[in-house]
Amino acid sequence: MNEKIKENIYFTIFRFCSFLSLVILLFFLLFVIKLGVGVLDLNFITGMWQTQDITKGGILPAIVGTFYLGLGVAVFSVPVGISCAIYLNEYAKNTGLVRVIRLTIRNLAGVPSIVYGLFGFAVFVQLLQFGTSLLAAALTLAAMTIPWVITASEEALKTVPDGFREGALALGATKWQVIRTNVLPAALPGMITGSIIGLARAMGETAPIIIVGATFYMRGLPDSLFDKFMALPYHVFILATQHNDPLAEEYAAGTALVLVILIFLMTLIAMIVRYNFRKKRKW
Amino acid sequence: MGNASGEGVKERLIALFFAANGILTIVILLGIFLFLAIIGLQAFYEISIIEFLGMDWNPDAYGEPAWGILPLLAGTVYIAVLSLIIAIPLGVASAIYIAEIASPPLREILKPAIEMIAAIPSVVLGLIGLIILAPWIANIFNLPNGLNALTASILVAIMALPTIISISEDVIRAVPDSYREASLALGSTRWQTVSGVIVPAASSGIVAASMLGLGRVVGETMVVLMVAGNSRLFPVSIFDPVRPITSTIAIEIKEVVQGDLHFQALFALGLILFLMTFAINLASDIFLTGRQMGR
Repeated sequence: MNEKIKENIYFTIFRFCSFLSLVILLFFLLFVIKLGVGVLDLNFITGMWQTQDITKGGILPAIVGTFYLGLGVAVFSVPVGISCAIYLNEYAKNTGLVRVIRLTIRNLAGVPSIVYGLFGFAVFVQLLQFGTSLLAAALTLAAMTIPWVITASEEALKTVPDGFREGALALGATKWQVIRTNVLPAALPGMITGSIIGLARAMGETAPIIIVGATFYMRGLPDSLFDKFMALPYHVFILATQHNDPLAEEYAAGTALVLVILIFLMTLIAMIVRYNFRKKRKW
Repeated sequence: MGNASGEGVKERLIALFFAANGILTIVILLGIFLFLAIIGLQAFYEISIIEFLGMDWNPDAYGEPAWGILPLLAGTVYIAVLSLIIAIPLGVASAIYIAEIASPPLREILKPAIEMIAAIPSVVLGLIGLIILAPWIANIFNLPNGLNALTASILVAIMALPTIISISEDVIRAVPDSYREASLALGSTRWQTVSGVIVPAASSGIVAASMLGLGRVVGETMVVLMVAGNSRLFPVSIFDPVRPITSTIAIEIKEVVQGDLHFQALFALGLILFLMTFAINLASDIFLTGRQMGR
């Protein structure tokens, strides 16, 4: 009986712990919503930014900038990540090289984002002369996103049953034909959803783009890869810490709200697509 | 026949293409290390190691700049230790609950909900710290403002939780059912089984999860930049403002002249950060693979 009471006490503490962080977080988010929702209107979403009077302008350039950035990161990171996963899961045998690549991927995923920022500055901004620009930022964040895409893609490839490969091989298909016609179609939805979650995280990053290209104010929208750009996370950062307008906090919260909604929507859509795909598949 | 060998060449080229993408990851990691090292180590032409390990960081000082990284390193260590003190017990308890105690439907809700924490941008957590948590902390402890190591650590702990929880949960669930059944068959309660059998069996994995959490904490930039107070003085109490390595880089990199000594010194800081997280990740890797081999 005594043991039973002890068990109940411990299990209650554990339950409390696992709900605590979620409840705190939900509470925090509600606070941001409460503070930021007041500034959200059509003009705020679709207007051009005005530094002189922050109440007049909108954050359209920051939304567009973050969107362009996400697109650029996708172009550079998704093909590389998926190809690397195909190599690891379909081609490679358990050689020393493969073990080194796997170790590298796990280590890349642990490199701090600010360090990617320094790397991007040295390579893309300075060495390759891209300047602080959309291109430099997209390449920098792509380097950071590649390990996430690889991990997600490999998981998707692992769910494809070996029968799919063996069946096609037995019919005389080459390795590439097997991958193209049997493995990729089955794995692609999982790869794409995993990549979207990675992209959403990259679009919320602030530290690297402080170094390689984001700006707080620009005239118009970026129209070349070599332009600087505004971005939602950087906009939140500057409004929250370096703007002396008494309303800056509210506008920071409003911008943060747009950013969080964007990222949660992307993540949620990816999760739903994956869930439906898992339910529909027949193997 | 000629056609078939054409196919063979094509196949080999395709295989080579995929392998090249795999090798690209090694190129990136090596590139990060080399660029940090080449630029960062140039700083030591002018800064002696003893000066670098000094107690005062003041690169802008007129005439006599100081390059001692100890206060910055102390900031990083303070936040790492404090936030792990919060995050490890909370994270491991949550992982045990989700893996061993929660009903399957509840588990299906808790797991993605905790993964969603990882999707919150750190700048948003920093904003929350500025407008909500810091005023609270200032109130509770009667401080002039709440921008200090403690406030930052609480928020950074939240960021480390998803990593710690999801990896710990994986290793706890990987403990074979025969362990549970044997323990229960001997008359142990579920709590005795969890605390006496399952957690010890998963312990090296839990250590690995905590180390990965440590890696995230050490590299976190935005939260500490926004709420840790940014003081270059050596911190004494947890209520002192601190400026870890990450936020020092973020603050100063915009002010430096490219290629000058200050610029190189910031890359040296980046190199230290890189080596710290690299060592932490490697150690966690050894714990994880060691566990698999032991089975």
